[in-house]
Amino acid sequence: MSLTLLRAGILTTVQDLGRSGWRRCGINPNGPMDPVAARVANLLAGNDENNALLEMHFPAAEIRFDSAVTFAICGGDFSAELDREPVGNWRSFLATKGSTLHFTGKMTGERSYLAVRGGLDIPLWLGSASTNLNARVGGLDGRKLQAGERIGLRNAEAQHSPVRAVSPYLLPHYSRFPTVRIVPGPEYEYLSKSSRKALTSQNFTISPRSNRMGFQLDGEPLSLGEPRELISSAVTFGTIQLLPDGQLIVLMADQQTAGGYPRIAHVISYDLPLVGQLGAGDKVAFHMVEYTDAERLMLHLEEELSLLRVACRFQSR
Amino acid sequence: MADGFRIFPLGDSALTVEFGNEISVDLNQRSIALSDHFESHPFPGFIESVPAYASATIFYDVAQVRRGFPESASSFDTVRSLADAALKTIKTTLVAESRVVEIPVHFDSTSAPDLAFVAKQSGLGENKVIELFTGRTYRVFMLGFLPGFTYMAEVDKRIATPRKDAPRASVPNGSVGIAGKQTGIYSLESPGGWQIVGRTDVEVFTPHAKRPTLLQPGDQVRFVPAK
Repeated sequence: MSLTLLRAGILTTVQDLGRSGWRRCGINPNGPMDPVAARVANLLAGNDENNALLEMHFPAAEIRFDSAVTFAICGGDFSAELDREPVGNWRSFLATKGSTLHFTGKMTGERSYLAVRGGLDIPLWLGSASTNLNARVGGLDGRKLQAGERIGLRNAEAQHSPVRAVSPYLLPHYSRFPTVRIVPGPEYEYLSKSSRKALTSQNFTISPRSNRMGFQLDGEPLSLGEPRELISSAVTFGTIQLLPDGQLIVLMADQQTAGGYPRIAHVISYDLPLVGQLGAGDKVAFHMVEYTDAERLMLHLEEELSLLRVACRFQSR
Repeated sequence: MADGFRIFPLGDSALTVEFGNEISVDLNQRSIALSDHFESHPFPGFIESVPAYASATIFYDVAQVRRGFPESASSFDTVRSLADAALKTIKTTLVAESRVVEIPVHFDSTSAPDLAFVAKQSGLGENKVIELFTGRTYRVFMLGFLPGFTYMAEVDKRIATPRKDAPRASVPNGSVGIAGKQTGIYSLESPGGWQIVGRTDVEVFTPHAKRPTLLQPGDQVRFVPAK
């Protein structure tokens, strides 16, 4: 029971929902840039949401299924084809033994998730299969995958699962220019009055100096009302920091655990997938909402995911 | 330990209790004590807690907190109440006696590319810089930046030197740096802007060991010249 990578793709890594409990040691969680897509892909494949799967960028990997197995692709649409037949995102399919999956063109988003029934058989590091590229540990030896690599599958009995679709509420509205909701960060009030206005009234462009750790934004520089010296404190996925040159950085899945730059805002969890699917040159605008809105949206998302979870369990019996 | 703090949300899935904005042993002890309290008394939905210089951040799963405390208006309200209650009961005097870890450091010019700069900046000779640097014990206030990277203080003010204007593209693993009053050990090869005044062979980050980091918040470190 395995997959073989005929082509590795430009940046293919193993992820699960990340490594928690080790931030106090400076060990960051990692995990998918688009956590919702990763969770839905696993559910559609008949897995637990936290199973190990592949996060791919475009050009993506070319993958041979060495046994018959159910799979699902979610997130960015890279025009997947199974033995030259188009397969859509956000539903599950059965691959026959020896069939080949490849991706012919990027239609939406920047990151696509492939979940395979049983999950990838990857040794856990500190409880997680997620890859920590900086520390070169986790996932497959802490690195991106290479052509020719063979990855085993866990409990992948050749099972014909029904084709499942997803509630429209779970289908994200990916865009090359999304409006993303934010809540104020602890240092928001330190911004000058005009910078507070500029945060939500201008469009920012994702800089090429962006990676899984963070997206640097190009825009009209913002500034603090007066200079402040901060000591290092916690940051998280979605934290927006103000850099000394007045530009912003949105911390992403491989964010550091602590930082000393002003945390002026946070992207709400519900909208993280919209940001996680952006790439260099894409634009983003911010809209400030209340903390209670962020929580309400998150609970709504969890409700939808739990419905999908029940439906997938029911059908996989 | 209830006086002098503010509580704020860190995004929508975490909450920070901030005791101040300075490097102080007292504020750090409070941060570690509160963080440890939640590690040993987790609530439904608790994920992890992280001490920093003068704050503790508690990460939680919103849906699980809401299920555990359905009567509460929001998960933030719930966790804030738990933190308020904890702050009233925790005694920082209960913080365990910290251990002292000796770390041998090489101070030759290859290992310590910025030692000459720090010496020049301080108006002291290199030997005097080494003497002052190794002449005191540093507290590990927090870990961050890299897995296992320690933020320690306080460096003698005569040799406290600001970060480099332009960070190095690559600082070798084991490098010992100074940034203002702080000192730290690069646990991995990484870009970095600290003034590198030495290098140790001790591995502070051992991913596959049972404890992946040699040092923990609250530990004491003494640098000694390597033989």
